[in-house]
Amino acid sequence: MTDSNDKFSKALSNIALAHLDAHNISDLKRLSGGASQETWSFKTHNEGHIEHLILRRAPGGEGRNSSGTAIGLDTEAKLIGLAANANVAVPNVRYVAKPADNIGSGFIMDYVSGEALGAKIVRSDVFDAVRPMLAKQCGQALAGIHGLPMSALPTIRYSPASQEIKHYHDIYKAHGHPHPVFDLAFKWLSDNTPADDRITLVHGDFRNGNIMFDPIVGVSAVLDWELAHIGDPMEDMGWICVNSWRFGATEKPVGGFGSREDMFAGYEAAGGPSVDPARVKFWEVLGTLKWGVMCTTMYEAFRSGIDRSVERAAIGRRSSETEIDLLYLLAAD
Amino acid sequence: MQDLPTSLEIVGVVSDFLREQILPGLEGRTKFHALVAANALDIVRRELETAPVANNDEREHLMSLLKSEGSLDELNNRLCEQITNGDMTLDTPGLKEHLWTSTLTKLAIDQPKYSAFKKALQEGRS
Repeated sequence: MTDSNDKFSKALSNIALAHLDAHNISDLKRLSGGASQETWSFKTHNEGHIEHLILRRAPGGEGRNSSGTAIGLDTEAKLIGLAANANVAVPNVRYVAKPADNIGSGFIMDYVSGEALGAKIVRSDVFDAVRPMLAKQCGQALAGIHGLPMSALPTIRYSPASQEIKHYHDIYKAHGHPHPVFDLAFKWLSDNTPADDRITLVHGDFRNGNIMFDPIVGVSAVLDWELAHIGDPMEDMGWICVNSWRFGATEKPVGGFGSREDMFAGYEAAGGPSVDPARVKFWEVLGTLKWGVMCTTMYEAFRSGIDRSVERAAIGRRSSETEIDLLYLLAAD
Repeated sequence: MQDLPTSLEIVGVVSDFLREQILPGLEGRTKFHALVAANALDIVRRELETAPVANNDEREHLMSLLKSEGSLDELNNRLCEQITNGDMTLDTPGLKEHLWTSTLTKLAIDQPKYSAFKKALQEGRS
């Protein structure tokens, strides 16, 4: 272990001793996934009692995430706590790091078993039995998230439809390469922007890949809250339908595992207002376009020299995937 | 005029070399990045095969659609402007067909395994 890893491990042991009712920690390892945040797995020991925990922290233990749209980890922990109180399936937050802890900004939560790899949820026969229930459960989870009282929320970014469109249009224009299909989609979106008549907490990255699924119970934890904001709740419903997150199962619009009707039914059964499919389509178009623009953004990180990896370069050639998806959404007949 | 091998042959043999000789001996992140590298060379291979003819066709379509001349880049920028300001819509004769054709060409080069591209081929949209 390097010195910095040693220091990190020692700091985490101190937290375990002071706040997690444990004598020492073991099995500390970095998990893959999560490019913008670090995720670590470790175990705590108290006599024979062992607990499996997860630490989510800023890259390299810094104070803040660099992304402009991401909320801080302490805010993320607060939102997860609020969601837990409303019976949304989320990991149980055990401790939020303080500056004196010397691990940077982050929080510790209980390990949740299950699978978050989208392709496995879509294809693995382990999920055959539970798969038909998942879209409905996703709708239920969203009803809980969108039903959180606004007065209880920490201060986070307000981004209604018009603002989201402008944000991604600015990024596209700065990229400076013509994508006629993107312009077609931006034009359609600005001609079809819904009124801001229902404003709630929006998870912001609710898709297959950010939800932990258990083969028996289904949705076991909604993860990755860093893009949470205030806006149109239908944004979350549209985002999970974007074809990029269907992992090849295009005929099942919700995450490649279920139908829109089932998701809407779950939402309404859990107390959400009745869903307007046209509005969900608006957000699916915007979500698809957003992912296309994000692919060009990642290429920009390559072009500017920030990240010279082959992966960053190659992802620019994935924006065409969203262009064909947009044509299917807007120009199929 | 360049001597042989052709650029297409060079890219093909390097891609095969990565897949057959290098990838089997790698693990973890390095293996993943080597696979991405081999796939990136395959994009170049398909582009060398397809783009010269397809881009020429695209330019001709654009010139007749926009009734003006220019480079592929200039014409595409003009098309973007006309879509944005509403001068061209999906009801404009030829626009929808043009967007499908040019997008399918991109996919055939960039991501021929993508679900929606395979679906489009099955539906005979090419």
